[in-house]
Amino acid sequence: METLDFRFTSTPAPRASDPALCGVVGSGNLEILVQPGAEPATCVLTIKTSARGFGDTWRAVLGDFAASHPAGGTVIAINDMGATPAVVTLRLAQALAEYRGGAQ
Amino acid sequence: MNAPLPREWDTLRQSRARRLERAASLGCGREIPTDRIIDLLEAVIQPGDRVCLEGNNQKQADFLAESLADCDPARLHHLSMVQSVLALPSHVDLFERGLANRLDFSFSGPQGARLAKLVQEQRIEIGAIHTYLELFGRYFLDLTPNVALIAAQAADADGNLYLGPNTEDTPAIVEATAFKGGIVIAQVNERLDKLPRVDVPADWVDFTVKAPRPNYIEPLFTRDPAQITEVQVLMAMMAIKGIYAEYGVTRLNHGIGFDTAAIELLLPTYAADLGLKGKICTHWALNPHPTLIPAIESGFVQSVHCFGSEVGMDNYVAARSDVFFTGADGSMRSNRAFSQTAGLYACDMFIGSTLQMDMAGNSSTATLGRITGFGGAPNMGSDPHGRRHASPAWLKAGREAYGPNATRGRKLVVQMVETFREHMAPVFVEELDAWKLQKSMGAELPPIMIYGDDVSHIVTEEGIANLLLCRTPEEREQAIRGVAGFTPVGMARDKAMVENLRDRGIVRRPEDLGIDPRLASRDLLAARSVKDLVRWSGGLYAPPSRFRNW
Repeated sequence: METLDFRFTSTPAPRASDPALCGVVGSGNLEILVQPGAEPATCVLTIKTSARGFGDTWRAVLGDFAASHPAGGTVIAINDMGATPAVVTLRLAQALAEYRGGAQ
Repeated sequence: MNAPLPREWDTLRQSRARRLERAASLGCGREIPTDRIIDLLEAVIQPGDRVCLEGNNQKQADFLAESLADCDPARLHHLSMVQSVLALPSHVDLFERGLANRLDFSFSGPQGARLAKLVQEQRIEIGAIHTYLELFGRYFLDLTPNVALIAAQAADADGNLYLGPNTEDTPAIVEATAFKGGIVIAQVNERLDKLPRVDVPADWVDFTVKAPRPNYIEPLFTRDPAQITEVQVLMAMMAIKGIYAEYGVTRLNHGIGFDTAAIELLLPTYAADLGLKGKICTHWALNPHPTLIPAIESGFVQSVHCFGSEVGMDNYVAARSDVFFTGADGSMRSNRAFSQTAGLYACDMFIGSTLQMDMAGNSSTATLGRITGFGGAPNMGSDPHGRRHASPAWLKAGREAYGPNATRGRKLVVQMVETFREHMAPVFVEELDAWKLQKSMGAELPPIMIYGDDVSHIVTEEGIANLLLCRTPEEREQAIRGVAGFTPVGMARDKAMVENLRDRGIVRRPEDLGIDPRLASRDLLAARSVKDLVRWSGGLYAPPSRFRNW
């Protein structure tokens, strides 16, 4: 296991009352928990992953997510079982949409 | 005046007569008892012969392959094997045991690693790796078999053969052999007084032998919908909306992967909702994919011609004779040579997947230490310069590639890949493993499956790259990098240039196509399990046990 921590500035997301949980911890998949955070313009992420040595790829994927989605004011916890960047990107979009109250 | 040199003009016929005499001395007639097959093979085959062992990615003359491998290498040696696929352990045994030393083939799938080892040990000489059509073509030019060992479903007392739905390569092999002085030996699953239909007439067949068990058939084209991922659904949505609909693709071939299975399962749902029924995917060169059942049942599909059959699909196909090619007896007749021809010349689009792609768009499924070959993909996945008839999709692609005054059209050749494979292996790379493989094998060319200049579109989870619209090699490279996601080559993109390509519609993101990735759900699949497929077929599809979990 490897634990990675990231912080990115991001457009503030509307604060939701309930946390959102998306995905499953299964091979090639991941589980994402989105909760309200203390800093409105920052997205704070913690990743626990079974695949070691992909810190740079995580930084690129998550940085891209934070830049292209309003994810400020959230704290996101990820449990990863070797998901590809394609799956991570899709799940993050789904989890954030659920946090904000369903797909638009 | 020079008198012409005396020469015999019927040596092949004489050789054939001598072989038949030796066989006759066995006293078995033309119906060879199962336990005399090795005697027959040693009687009719001669050292140095070119032998065609029927076997492709579906049906296999497995009993004859094992029997040939059990022949005495002191009697049979220096055989030159010509065969579509090197798939069974016995195929490689021929070389390891010293019976054969030369091979011309198309595909080696599961035996790829053993084959590579034999080549490196210089125990096998590979003539060439072909596509199916090239190899069939050479059967009629310079690789005509002396002896063909084939697989049939049934024989009658005269030696007529019924091939059943898995007709596949047999007609091409038998025609080349029987009409050039060769010997044809068929293993059959059963002997019948009356055949359902005659696929090969008796006077093209010299001997039949009843195999101790039915010939092996690999269910290669069965994809369990339960394994299709949301990312594959997303890519399928992009392909349907961004390519199938835009070009109006009606005549096509699909690869065998889960990516294209997802497209097949989105036709009755997503594509129907877009109003595309009757406008796309009406005519197919395709094996009877179980995942096509919902589209057929929904009325999307008018016609399917098959390379071979698929385990469990026989009853369904027989009950849908308006769609599939069937005989008067009701069962399907497939034909690999004709379906490959349809895939090459009559299809407007090929879409399939690959393991690696470089920045010129060349793609390869070769990996180090394995010689896998090509099968038919390069025929489907190439723009044939011999095509002359027009169709809307072909013309539109041609005008995108060559401008409004184009004098030719263009086949759509689409590669559909996730940017990373399992274990985070990037699909997009600066250099294909094929180049290293070429060096280690001493081959004349790297084993490139589809040449980059034949590729028209690349679909990934990040978007679609339209290579037809690229005007320079630099644009092409950035278009490929622009859909290569977070792979190292994708992250090395020129961001400004990729945005420029996006403005010109060369790179298109899901949102550019009006697709919300979050809606890419498995709920869109018309069938989400093999059991769903059985239900769609009204119980006619009988999946192999390994695909049954109920």
